[in-house]
Parts: sequence; structure tokens; C-alpha cells
Amino acid sequence: MRLSKKEVEHVALLARLHLSEEEKESYTHQLNAVMDYMEKLRALNTEGVEPTAHVLPLRNIFREDAVRPGLPREKALEGAPAAREGQFKVPRVV
Amino acid sequence: MEYEAVIGLEVHVELKTESKAFCSCTTAFGGEPNTHVCPVCLGLPGVLPVINRRMVEFGLRTALALNCTIAPMCKFDRKNYYYPDLPKNYQISQYDMPLARNGYLEIEVDGEKKRIGITRVHMEEDAGKLIHVEGPNGDYSLVDYNRAGVPLLEIVSEPDLRSPEEARAYMEKLKAILEYIDVSDCKMQEGSLRCDANVSVRPKGATSFGTKTEVKNMNSFRALQRALSYEIQRQIELLEKGERVVQETRAWDEDKQVTYTMRSKEEAHDYRYFPEPDLVPLAIDQEWIEKVRAGLPELPDARRERLVRQYGLPEYDAGIITGSRALADYFERAVALFPDAKQVSNWLMGDFLRLLNAQGLEPNQAPVTPENLAELLKLQEEGVISIKIAKQVFEEMFATGKGAREIVQAKGLVQISDVAELTPIVERVLASHPKVVEDYRNGKEKALGFLVGQVMKETKGKANPSLVNKLLKERL
Repeated sequence: MRLSKKEVEHVALLARLHLSEEEKESYTHQLNAVMDYMEKLRALNTEGVEPTAHVLPLRNIFREDAVRPGLPREKALEGAPAAREGQFKVPRVV
Repeated sequence: MEYEAVIGLEVHVELKTESKAFCSCTTAFGGEPNTHVCPVCLGLPGVLPVINRRMVEFGLRTALALNCTIAPMCKFDRKNYYYPDLPKNYQISQYDMPLARNGYLEIEVDGEKKRIGITRVHMEEDAGKLIHVEGPNGDYSLVDYNRAGVPLLEIVSEPDLRSPEEARAYMEKLKAILEYIDVSDCKMQEGSLRCDANVSVRPKGATSFGTKTEVKNMNSFRALQRALSYEIQRQIELLEKGERVVQETRAWDEDKQVTYTMRSKEEAHDYRYFPEPDLVPLAIDQEWIEKVRAGLPELPDARRERLVRQYGLPEYDAGIITGSRALADYFERAVALFPDAKQVSNWLMGDFLRLLNAQGLEPNQAPVTPENLAELLKLQEEGVISIKIAKQVFEEMFATGKGAREIVQAKGLVQISDVAELTPIVERVLASHPKVVEDYRNGKEKALGFLVGQVMKETKGKANPSLVNKLLKERL
């Protein structure tokens, strides 16, 4: 086991996921399987191969710096669970 | 024990592109909350970001002006954290392959020049703004995403700064350069130029670093200098007491003039960076770099040297005038019309900057144009008005935006250089101050100044002072 249950709990916390005990067990196994696969990949000789950040053979895709209208505010706030004074209302975090 | 501070600055500067970094929303400051937003910067499902070309160009311009090496290949990464100022729960930033590295800029403190290293320059997007509300039915926060997605550069210095004064000089120089290359408004109060500091102290001469703290929320040059002085002193006092500095993030409280511990956004700084899969990498070739380099304007250091060389300005004057591109532009426009450069510089460094600062204006917003200032200096040089009146007229010009000649004529401020007009006044002053006249004749030279003053008072400052001197002396 490369990943402990404790590490899975930490990652879940960072991702704001609430996992049941069962899920923690199950994810620990699944993530370890992923890690094993990574280990397999690591066995490959990649000397002289440039790191790949992206799989598409594309570079330098830009847009010009021009302003276009965005969403009307009512639309922007439409999907918000709560809004107030034209702003998104969220639980206080700090 | 003697201590020294070790300071590194992390500067965020908002780029003055028209549109946001990865979408076409406006970057305009202010605006009603959530009116400069779209599905991309709100992080709605199914959208794709596209890189703003001008953001990259401004980044390149900055990197070159800071003597950095541009990476031939760079990419964007996701910095993950949960905080409602980011609608996507990640910030698009650059992690292990930034736009540029290994630059420097030069500062001068107490006449000593020093090169400060720049570790890296990278591009990222700004976050939204939160207002925390304490309500009777519980606390909540309100979020405005107008600023979310505005392009930023993060400029990280090496820990080469050794005092709050050096940190301030670095920040001032950086701001001047960014203004010269016209990539940002650099308004610290509006948050378009922000700065965090990493600060530690160590026994003077030591080579290892002490434990550092990160100081945030310094919204002016003065706040930066004071916050650093406070933090350095705080750390020294801890060490002197045999205690330890705790590594943490602290905020500067401008009202109380102290730094205090901030609660952290994320429990640990575990941002789980990974390459942004929605954006393809950037390949910046030499041709693009050279094109940007060719478009760079003269930078502050070069301009300072030129002003010294071309106009014979003292180093000190040239330093102040080139500290702001707008001020240097103003200076050169005025000197083109009134070639006594030192005179122009004296006026700019004196009354001009004083009135400007009092009103919180930038040089290019001054109510007095360079043409108007040159006209005023000409009137003074020609003897039409005295220096004292010139200062008075200048205040009036600044307040009303009117031309010098117009004010001088309208107010009848033309200098009196007519002997026939001044003689009776001089005689009247002499007659009414027999005691002072006697003092002067008994060798009290200073008494003359008093008499000149009286004539100036009688003429409301309009008398030609050297003529008054001459007329008085003839009669004493």
C-alpha cells in the first residue's frame, strides 16, 4: 500500500469530499491501483523525451484582446443557491 | 547582538489589457458587482478558456524590462484551493514552467547602487472580491467576480533586500518600470499593484536564513516600509527573549500599525498543482522576443542618465524626475519650450509635486500644462513678474487651470520696474522707519532686508526686488 487511509482522508478533505468509512476503504484501494500503474509507467526509459504537458500537438492558441459583453447579472446569479445585493451569497469561510 | 533583515518581495500587478486573461469580459475597475462576468470567468460547466495574446505580450515586455530570460516553452497550471473568491476552485497560474526567470533591477539607497535579483515572472488570473458580513442570522460573505480572471503578473524577487528602505526602493523602481513600459496602472490603493513580503532576521554576517514570516496587506509604499520595520523589530525582540519566530502569514494593520497572525485559507499550502488541460503550451521564439524588445521604450535608468547628459541635470534631480514616466515626459515637454532645465526641475520638484501630491494627482493630470509652466518661467525670466509673484501665480494656475499671462494681466501682477513709480514708495518707507534706517547706517546690514520687505508689502509683492535694493541703497 503506497497510500494510507489517512492520506486519502487528507485528499478528501482538500477536495471537500465527505467519505463514508466504506468509501475510504474503497478509494484507498482504487487510488493504490492508480499508483501501481504510475509505478509501471515509471519503469519506461524516458531519457531524452521532452515532458508532455498537453497531448495535442498545438501551441500558441490565442484570442485577440477585445471586449465582448458577458452575462446580464440576473443570468449570472440565476444558478446561485443564494444571492444578495447583486452578489453571490456564500457561507462565511474565515 | 546585531541583526540584519532578509527580505524578498512577491509583487502582483494587474495588466491593463482591455479584456480578461481567458475570456472577453472587460477588465474595467469598479462597475456594479457581477456585471463584468461570463460563463468562463464564473467557472460554469462546459466552458473553455482562451489565452489573451496581449497578456502574454505584456508579460514578455515586463520580463525583458526586468532583464529576465524568457522560457522557450511555458505552460499554465491549475492551483487548487477552495475559497469562494475563485469560482472554479482553482486559479489558472504557472507553476514549474513560468514565463521568465533570472532577472534583476537596480536600486539606489543612500547613494549606493545595488542589484536585486528577480527569481521569476509568471502569468495568472486574479480572484474575485469578498465582503464579509456579520448578520443577526449568522455570518456570510458576498462575492463579486468582476475582478476574477483579470490578468496578473507575479514578480518574485530574490531575498536580496536587507532593509525596509531597500524594499521600498525596489518597489518604487519596479512601479516606475511597469509604468514606463505601460503594462499596468500600478495603483496600489485600487489594488492593481500589490505586494507581499517574506521577512526573516539573522545575526549580521550569518549565511543561513532565519525562520521567515509572510506579511500581507501593505497598500502603499509607506505601509510597506512601516510594516517591514515593525515585523523586523518584532522578530528581533522574539530572538532576544530566547523565543522562536513561528513561520506563518501575518497581515499589516494600518490603523494599529502592527502585524497580526492571519488565519490561513487552506490548512496546509497543498495546492496540488497540475497542468491546465484546457490550455495548450506557449512556445515563445526568438523572433517574438526580439520584436517585443524592439518595442520597449527607454527605461527609467537609461532616461535618468540621458537627462543628466543632455540637460546637465544633477543626478538627484534626474532620479526624482525619471521616477515617474509622466513626470519625465512633463519635464521634457517644458524644457523644450523653456531650456533652463535646472529651473524647470526646481519648479517640478518643489511647488509642482507639492500641489500634485496634496490633491493626489498624477503628473499627467496636473491642471498646469508644460506649456503653461514654460510661459510662467518666461514671464519671470523677462522680469515681468518677480519670483514671489510667480509662485503665487502658479498656485492660481494650479487651482484654475488658467494660463500664466492671463492671470498676471487679470490680477495686475506685472512687476513694477519703473523708477518713477517706485521712488515715492521707497521714500515713504524710509521716512516711516527712521530707527531702522539708523540701525543700517550704524552697520546693521540686516536692516536693509526689512526695508526691502516693507516696499514689497506696499506693492503687494510686485516691486522688482533688485531695483528696490538699488533705490534704497542710493538713499541710505
